[in-house]
Amino acid sequence: MVKSHALRLWLAQRITGALMAIYALMVGSVLYVQHPTEYGTWKALFSTGWMRAATLVFVLSLVWHAWLGMHDILIDYVKPALAHRILKNLVVLSLAVYAVWSMRILWSI
Amino acid sequence: MNQARNLNRKDKQRPKNLDLRTVRLPVPALVSILHRASGAVLFLLLPVLLLGLQCSLNSAEHFAHIKEVAAQPFVKLLLLGVVWAFSHHFFAGLRHIAMDFQWGMELTTARLTAKLVLALGLLVTLLIGTALW
Repeated sequence: MVKSHALRLWLAQRITGALMAIYALMVGSVLYVQHPTEYGTWKALFSTGWMRAATLVFVLSLVWHAWLGMHDILIDYVKPALAHRILKNLVVLSLAVYAVWSMRILWSI
Repeated sequence: MNQARNLNRKDKQRPKNLDLRTVRLPVPALVSILHRASGAVLFLLLPVLLLGLQCSLNSAEHFAHIKEVAAQPFVKLLLLGVVWAFSHHFFAGLRHIAMDFQWGMELTTARLTAKLVLALGLLVTLLIGTALW
């Protein structure tokens, strides 16, 4: 396993980014080929097992990736300790809400 | 210790040029700051995008409503911005990973790939924009 903490963060950012890139290419081609511009076809696309699984991987990658990125931004631009802590917690909280929200969307179809 | 202090003093004596009209941002720096800015924009727009996805999957009426909303000029512009932010972030990220593997580290190559990232981001936005509208 990767030992260094910083190296692990770096690796996580790259891997989640690569996973999202693969998802974007995959879903992009499906949209290009299938043209799901009606409710029925749109819903059917998100009802398939593979799409749900892939979207779940995408959402989890996104949440992790966004956390690492926003963390870097806050370190660079928000110096006062209290403001830094509040914003950091706000980012974590919103990302957690987005993750639960996405799963509810995916599994209520 | 002493050396560091000397360096510090030297730094303070160095002339500073903060005249933005004469400072030119190198293209790789532009791509880098736009990578960060596009990431932040995407993060801030996440709730809007999730709300859109939820509505579109809710029912046929909601789907039709979302289509109507997305057809408004201001929303179209916003969506185009999201498409640009995503594609720029995508290509800049790939360039980043390539550089992690020591590929494209020479200055001329780095400048060329930076221009390529800018161009590809805009090209994809243009293509998707014309395809959708």
